[in-house]
Amino acid sequence: MARIRASQDREAFAELFSHFGPRVKAFLMKSGSNMTMAEECTQDVMVTLWRKAHMFDPARASVSTWIFTIARNRRIDLIRKERRPEPDELTWGPEPEPEQAEALGLQQESAQLRDALATLPEKQRTLIQQAYFGDLTHSEIAANTGLPLGTIKSRIRLALERLRHAMK
Amino acid sequence: MTDVKHHLTDDLLMSYAAGKLPEAFNLVVATHITLCDECRARLGAFEAIGGALLDEEDAVEMDANMGDIFAKIEATNSEIQVTPASTGVFPSALQDYVGGDLDAVKWRPVGMGVKQAILKTSKTATVRLLRIPAGAAMPDHGHHGTELTLVLKGAFKDEHDRFARGDIEVATEADHHTPIAEAGEDCICLSATDAPLKFRGLLPRIAQRFARI
Repeated sequence: MARIRASQDREAFAELFSHFGPRVKAFLMKSGSNMTMAEECTQDVMVTLWRKAHMFDPARASVSTWIFTIARNRRIDLIRKERRPEPDELTWGPEPEPEQAEALGLQQESAQLRDALATLPEKQRTLIQQAYFGDLTHSEIAANTGLPLGTIKSRIRLALERLRHAMK
Repeated sequence: MTDVKHHLTDDLLMSYAAGKLPEAFNLVVATHITLCDECRARLGAFEAIGGALLDEEDAVEMDANMGDIFAKIEATNSEIQVTPASTGVFPSALQDYVGGDLDAVKWRPVGMGVKQAILKTSKTATVRLLRIPAGAAMPDHGHHGTELTLVLKGAFKDEHDRFARGDIEVATEADHHTPIAEAGEDCICLSATDAPLKFRGLLPRIAQRFARI
């Protein structure tokens, strides 16, 4: 990502594309898009990534988090056909020379978070996955699984507690 | 930055991060986060969960190759717009819906001195600006669904607490309250509901049909 940001490196972008393109497409399909829509929206996400590369701040978000937020917003825009109100930016964008230490710290935290997610009990992890990737509200998940809404909410709460604990 | 005391729930922040909320709720959440550093930081954590899940996602092969993407990039000429942070009463996202800051709001009376302006969003939930005269009470009401009320100017009190600029009240079906605007200045709130409010008493109920609240 740094190479794309600094010198519009097409080779670096190709690596990003081959890793994230298929994952973004999978995310969109799980969120209720058909194959064609998911493909189109993913292409659009990739175009947006290239064009917004100068706005990426490695001290504020990991590459995968940044791509996730772009995919989420393009989905709302292109597939749900709604506007996505976003908070005002804190600054005028990333620092010209992002703090190496901050970016590194964030990378370590991201790895820690991935591990923590991977070690969640199966039932909790499934619900977190459905909460993010899936087109169902909590009440719809309740209706689908036959679990009471309270159980779903408390499982998600427990999962978040575990993640918080792991990130301390 | 204001001294915000009442924050968003984990449930709302996670749903906003995941892109699952109705547009009307997204607007209230985005407006609160602009005014609240604590919730902005918490949102960052919820978005990081989305990023971590994306990394672990199974891959679905794409039809397009790099050449297709670069052809699209070259066909797109428009500049990426970066909206500067607002210096007015309303954050930028809200200004987009109003068509300007506080002075651009087209208020309509809803009775008892209260005024409102409904903002256009998708139909799954409703969002409106409310202007409650200093010292006046909102009609006594309970809730069917979830109601978010974010204070933008002035302050209100209910039976439990005080809410000033940046504070958000998250009310659910169990809550029943009578907010009163503090004396001194009119209270301006941004309020979203995913179900019509139920007013007690006959008169507000009729008014409700006309006012869409």
